[in-house]
Amino acid sequence: MSNTLILERAQRFLVALRHCQVLGIQVHDASPLGLTLRLPYSRQIVGDPESGVIHGGAITTLMDTTCGISTVCALAEFEVCPTLDLRIDYMHPAEPNKDVFGFAECYRVTPNIIFTRGYAYQDDPAQPIAHVVGTFMRMGKGVPGDKQLKRDIQGAGA
Amino acid sequence: MSELTLNQLVSRAHDNGDYDSLISRMPYARLLGMQCLRLGEDMVFRLPANQDNIGNPILPALHGGVIAGFMEHAAMLHLLMFMGIPHLPKIIDFSIDYLRAGHYRDTYAQCQVWRQGRRVANVAITAWQTNQTEPIATARAHFKVDEP
Repeated sequence: MSNTLILERAQRFLVALRHCQVLGIQVHDASPLGLTLRLPYSRQIVGDPESGVIHGGAITTLMDTTCGISTVCALAEFEVCPTLDLRIDYMHPAEPNKDVFGFAECYRVTPNIIFTRGYAYQDDPAQPIAHVVGTFMRMGKGVPGDKQLKRDIQGAGA
Repeated sequence: MSELTLNQLVSRAHDNGDYDSLISRMPYARLLGMQCLRLGEDMVFRLPANQDNIGNPILPALHGGVIAGFMEHAAMLHLLMFMGIPHLPKIIDFSIDYLRAGHYRDTYAQCQVWRQGRRVANVAITAWQTNQTEPIATARAHFKVDEP
């Protein structure tokens, strides 16, 4: 699959997720190797009003979304893949007033399960804020309501 | 600054049973629309159904990140309220298992502190919707609870 096709699918996937629109999450980069999303800094996602540091929950949402949508990098066709589990290890707190980027890749795809891993960072991907692993289930074909979403996300040509 | 300290806010909330002023101090909790209800010695956290928290448009279902964020914040508030910590606990790691779809309806969470040491606390969190015995997610987190 071309980078453009993956990017378009990732963008359409993201637009369908209302809470991500509320947070203003955008696709930063997409390729067969993985996906990067951007979470803009805003006051509404602050956890500690004294320090202005972003709440861990917003980072979890960013990383759940990044890991979930990174499945389009690995799958030829769009599939609904709910999260089975997700683990986040915080290396250090995010700096206030800076956007957070989330990168994720699928490192193993089986007929039933997709294993993803990634990290969140601000300036330097080599100095991540958090490391993440997430496991997703492949629902296969025939999930109710799946067809319309699949058409929406794959686009008319697919 | 006439602003109340965190400890004062907590003890005032315990006294009058109204936790809104404590929660509204935290922008992210306001964004999700979190509430907390005191039931005797127990604290139950509530996340009312809110369109802005939807992730899966098909079902529709809450965003998994919202459920996780709600549970993480519930654990943080629980530590703040019951463990006599004078400052916000800092998250070290967080692990969540999604057991059922979180439908577009009210969600509840309850916390259990399994271990609180001087520096680190281990908290288990359970989230449910219709029935507490059928959780939609379970999570556990470590927080740093000593001085920042």
